[in-house]
Amino acid sequence: MVNFEYIDAKSLGDVPDLLGKRWGESEILAGGTDLLDRLKERLDTPKRVINIKGLKELHGIQNGDGLKIGTLTTIAELAADERVHKSYPVLAEAAASIATPQLRNMGTVGGNLCQRPRCWYYRGLEYKCLKKGGAKCYAAEGLNKYNAILGGGPSFIVHPSDSAPALIALGAKIELLSADGKEEMPLDEFFELPIDNLRRENVMNPNEILTTITVPKQPNGTRSTYLKFREKQSLDFAISSVAAVLQLQGSTVKSARIVLGGVAPIPWRAEAAEAALTGKTLTAANIAAAAKASTDGADPMTQNAYKVMLTQNLVKRALEKLAG
Amino acid sequence: MAAWKPLDEMNILSSRYPRIDGPLKVSGKAKYTHDLKPEGLLYGLILHSPHPAAKIVGIDASKVEQHPGVKAVLTDLHPTGTCRYVGDTIAAVAVTSPEIAHDVLDLFKVDYEILPFSADLDAAMKEGAARVFADKDNISEPRIDGEGEIESAFGPDDIIVEATYRTQVQTHACLEVHGSLAMWKGDDLYLWDSTQAVHGVRESVARYLELPMDKVHVICHHMGGGFGSKLQAGNYSAIAARLAKLADAPVKLMLTREQDFIAAGNRPDSIQKIKAAVNREGKLSAFQVTTYATAGIASRAGVRIPIVYEDIPAWRHEHYDVYTNAGAARAFRAPGCPQGAFAMEQIMDELAEKVGMDPLEFRLKNDSNSTRQKEWRIGAERIGWQRRRKQPGSDAGQIKRGVGLAAGIWWPGGRGTQAQMTIYPDGAVEVRCGTQDIGTGSRTLVAAVAAEELGLQVKDITSLVGESDFPKSGSSGGSTTSPSVAPAIKNTAEKAKARLAELAAEQLGALAVDVQFADGKAMANGKSLNWKALCGLLGTDPITVHGEWVEGLSSAGVAGCQFAEVAVDTDTGRIQVEKLVAVADCGLVLNRLTAESQVNGAVIQGISYALLENRLMDPVTGSQINADFENYKILGALEVPEIEVIFFDEAERGVIGIGEPPKVPTAGAVANAVYNAIGVRIREIPMTPDRVLMALAKA
Repeated sequence: MVNFEYIDAKSLGDVPDLLGKRWGESEILAGGTDLLDRLKERLDTPKRVINIKGLKELHGIQNGDGLKIGTLTTIAELAADERVHKSYPVLAEAAASIATPQLRNMGTVGGNLCQRPRCWYYRGLEYKCLKKGGAKCYAAEGLNKYNAILGGGPSFIVHPSDSAPALIALGAKIELLSADGKEEMPLDEFFELPIDNLRRENVMNPNEILTTITVPKQPNGTRSTYLKFREKQSLDFAISSVAAVLQLQGSTVKSARIVLGGVAPIPWRAEAAEAALTGKTLTAANIAAAAKASTDGADPMTQNAYKVMLTQNLVKRALEKLAG
Repeated sequence: MAAWKPLDEMNILSSRYPRIDGPLKVSGKAKYTHDLKPEGLLYGLILHSPHPAAKIVGIDASKVEQHPGVKAVLTDLHPTGTCRYVGDTIAAVAVTSPEIAHDVLDLFKVDYEILPFSADLDAAMKEGAARVFADKDNISEPRIDGEGEIESAFGPDDIIVEATYRTQVQTHACLEVHGSLAMWKGDDLYLWDSTQAVHGVRESVARYLELPMDKVHVICHHMGGGFGSKLQAGNYSAIAARLAKLADAPVKLMLTREQDFIAAGNRPDSIQKIKAAVNREGKLSAFQVTTYATAGIASRAGVRIPIVYEDIPAWRHEHYDVYTNAGAARAFRAPGCPQGAFAMEQIMDELAEKVGMDPLEFRLKNDSNSTRQKEWRIGAERIGWQRRRKQPGSDAGQIKRGVGLAAGIWWPGGRGTQAQMTIYPDGAVEVRCGTQDIGTGSRTLVAAVAAEELGLQVKDITSLVGESDFPKSGSSGGSTTSPSVAPAIKNTAEKAKARLAELAAEQLGALAVDVQFADGKAMANGKSLNWKALCGLLGTDPITVHGEWVEGLSSAGVAGCQFAEVAVDTDTGRIQVEKLVAVADCGLVLNRLTAESQVNGAVIQGISYALLENRLMDPVTGSQINADFENYKILGALEVPEIEVIFFDEAERGVIGIGEPPKVPTAGAVANAVYNAIGVRIREIPMTPDRVLMALAKA
């Protein structure tokens, strides 16, 4: 770990100025479950670390017409929240699937959305990869069984968040705070592909902070679930995951949101699958067609073709579960 | 010849009793090398080669020496000047705090001339591959073993199966990394070493540093996992000693987790190409196998095959060691055997299927071991072998279940241990033995054997192990510890008892040979004397006796077998082992609790080998891409099945080791169960979801 200045943020309004205008100069410390690793591995060597844990306004879940989730809400709090369980099962299931009890107790929702990729080349200091300003994506010619099958290039990372696919499937919005004020946007528009933004995974500027997540009230007839596949059940990131939110009218799908995790550099909207379901009933044939459509455009690398089958099967299972 | 008393007369041995250091471990009071922090401690660091192949042109440590936190530097550590793997030792320093480690290591300026490399088995075997050693081919001369005339052994009426199997490199992944704390007191060197061999480390370090052996004191009171990788002195022990001398302060040098993965040993991988034949009687008649395996820059990557079913009239094994630019292999729990058994047990299943025999029936027909003949039947009954799918892959639905089996085996016994016992006038009993407790429970075993012999309880004995200043015992490897140590402790206790019997005889009006020791008393002639009173007769002089390993109390060679039941999710390719029945034998079971613990550990490590663990070498840079616990995946609590351990008692054979044999069959049993579940044979481990899905897609 390289020495840095440590600051306890006293008020939310101070944070944008403390962050400064250049990437790499400052880092926000919330739960620290990702940041501390990156500092110890010297992937990040900020001059300043800003602890925001004392900012009370960022804690907790408010229930109004929908949910308002402060970004310092821990994953454990989210997973245990009865309102979330009852009305947003996809989010409760996604939260419960994250890491381990210890990490869920420390890790925050904001951190889960802003965490950096797990690609082993990105995480290894010795690999000067594209994400770190180097000349090549090592995964392209190297070991890529966990890398992207969708949306890859020139970097082939996958986005590791479990909460993001669930929140996007629920149509969540986020609020960012910068020195210029607040900005609200759909979470769906927050993440960016490497082709648009190679070094970061989202639209945030260096002096911005993610403050709240708003989840709209879901219409009657909404069913949702999150299925996550990992090699190791005890503690593992998703190899592939699916967040499915269906609004049913009788037995007909009025609208569908299917978002994939672990397969693309951003949480991946499976729009072809959504279209394949809309206006249809959840018959075996329609489910199979949607599952197949979920990986439309997939371009597997040398060692990850299995993720196409796996993802289709997960989508099928999720839809079967919601149909049942 | 010495003999154990009959099982029904034993009070402690062969029952279940907890280890005496359990409370210390769960409360954190047990101090491992990693935990020690004496006054003035410095931290040793190794700078390792970032290149898989490179000549060291020069090492400039001048900036390092100027750093205020640096107290000693060594740059003369590389023996040849040519690095052959990422992780090769270049230089070492002692610093005042671990937090400045990276800063200090960055100050080394090493000039390398980078050379081409071959990072793994496939790369090293390719035509025109970069040579690991300039003066020899990567593929070594073959080692050929066999019996009979293989060329003419495959008959026209035989059923023949040909198949190729592959196993991966598995690393030991010890919870406590390799390391040593060195402290000089005058001319005496004290080393707290995380080791499986306190005496072995003393000998090696004394030779390397040219010190008299009595000046080197190696201590290992508690150890966080070795599995064979800590059988030898590491260079870190000698480096810590040299740094401590230079700095005139204690130095603790623990490898980093990454260094532990890349430079502290592994189990070689294997490619095994087999052609095997069964005759009309259903007996193996011919077996031809060619194996390739890499021990990195080391040799001896041997695979034991054929294994278990070795009464084959004609067989031939041609083995090639292959050099790669990777860290040297080290002994790993049953070296060579889990690899061989994985291939052997699968081809046995493939042959059985082709001749139309039940796999169990086929084993019984070809297994000449009389113990295992009984164990097969016990295990089959416990797993419910009759439930096995007659038609592999015939379960309806996405989750398919199957059952498979495989055999265990191991050879060595053990000998060569000395011990010392002191009995004090107040009744205290202290045993010293220079073995070490690497987590198997040998400290408890020492106390239990002594207590059994003296008619006392385990808690009445102070058991001191893990110091090279104690009487000599060998390394804890090859499953030799119990058969080496238990006889020596019994022999020592018998000598002490004989001395006490003379004292007691006088008091009890009996002959010394008639005095019996039980329930904390000496008894004879219808009278008794309690232990304290008896020891009080010593006055002021304790009894100290020495004993040693004697013949008759231990033997060698075990069998064993395992049955696995798995559930395979054909949507995801995930294999869950749901139940594993392990039938094991180790002669006289000294402590059922710790013996079961050994079998549990071996089974868990075996399933982990079958399903997850895999050292992955990056083809671009030649470094291990997954040298961490996130990406080097080890079986976790949720993947561990119900494990049923059944001991087949053969007390009359005396003590035999149990650490290694249950590791041998597990991967083969799981693989056979997977085939029974899905009807597709996966001939390569680890059987990760990607491989299962791709195999299902191809089928």
